[in-house]
Amino acid sequence: MAEILQAMTALGAHGPARVAVGPLSITERVDLALASVAERRGRGADLVGAASPAGLPLPGPARYQAGTPFGTFWVAPGMWFAEAPFASHEWIADQLRAALGDAASITEQTDAWVIFDLVVVGEGVGLASLLERLCNVDFPAAPDGFATRTVMDHLGIYLIRQGAGAARIYGPRSSAQSLLHALEAAARAVW
Amino acid sequence: MIINHPILGPRDAQEFVYLGDAALIDRPDGMTDGIEAFHTYAYLRDNPAGDHRELWYHEQGDRSWLVVTRNTVTHEITKVELARDVARAMGRST
Repeated sequence: MAEILQAMTALGAHGPARVAVGPLSITERVDLALASVAERRGRGADLVGAASPAGLPLPGPARYQAGTPFGTFWVAPGMWFAEAPFASHEWIADQLRAALGDAASITEQTDAWVIFDLVVVGEGVGLASLLERLCNVDFPAAPDGFATRTVMDHLGIYLIRQGAGAARIYGPRSSAQSLLHALEAAARAVW
Repeated sequence: MIINHPILGPRDAQEFVYLGDAALIDRPDGMTDGIEAFHTYAYLRDNPAGDHRELWYHEQGDRSWLVVTRNTVTHEITKVELARDVARAMGRST
């Protein structure tokens, strides 16, 4: 009898990982689809015109902008990463291609990354003491919605600030376990 | 060392990868300029003690190529430009 195929997460499990260290919770996100959008040369105006009705924000450098259905962050001049709920946007690349036509080059990224949401609870407790051990981003000085590529434990990652005590990390999927270990080890040194 | 990225602001040099002389942008036309010009382009470099224009790649950042003007004696960085803009100003990659 045929069994229903079940997708595995980046950590080889059937459900998202959840780790709690003191006031910090690390939650793997497996419910997001991801694609990159790269503007084609000389087609910037066409891309802006097509992106807005598609619900695709195109934020400026080092910024994340939420939208419906796409949340987008800037990764390079003329290039963005767009995330959307996996349930409705499993075919995110095809959906973006249909919306943007040939104004941009779209690349599916969903299974190339592992996503961790970091949240600390408590008054006056932020992520600064954790992130200053892991990367060279000045997290307390960065505004909410700040998005940047940086290095964490020798891994190139994207860090998005959602608040003083909340951040999202995109790391290479093939190094998911190493990244989670680095986050846990640093968290245990702090809390 | 801090490199003042034209788009992203001050960034630590550990995010960057160094390539070398920015003259690499000005590649001769292999079909018309001849083997001597290509030999010079591929193998000969100035080695100034002073201001040097060089290519840096923001690998752990926005993946842009930069032309950084750096004093090789003091390591002072006096100018940082996007290599794309420099190349287009030279009439390349338009």
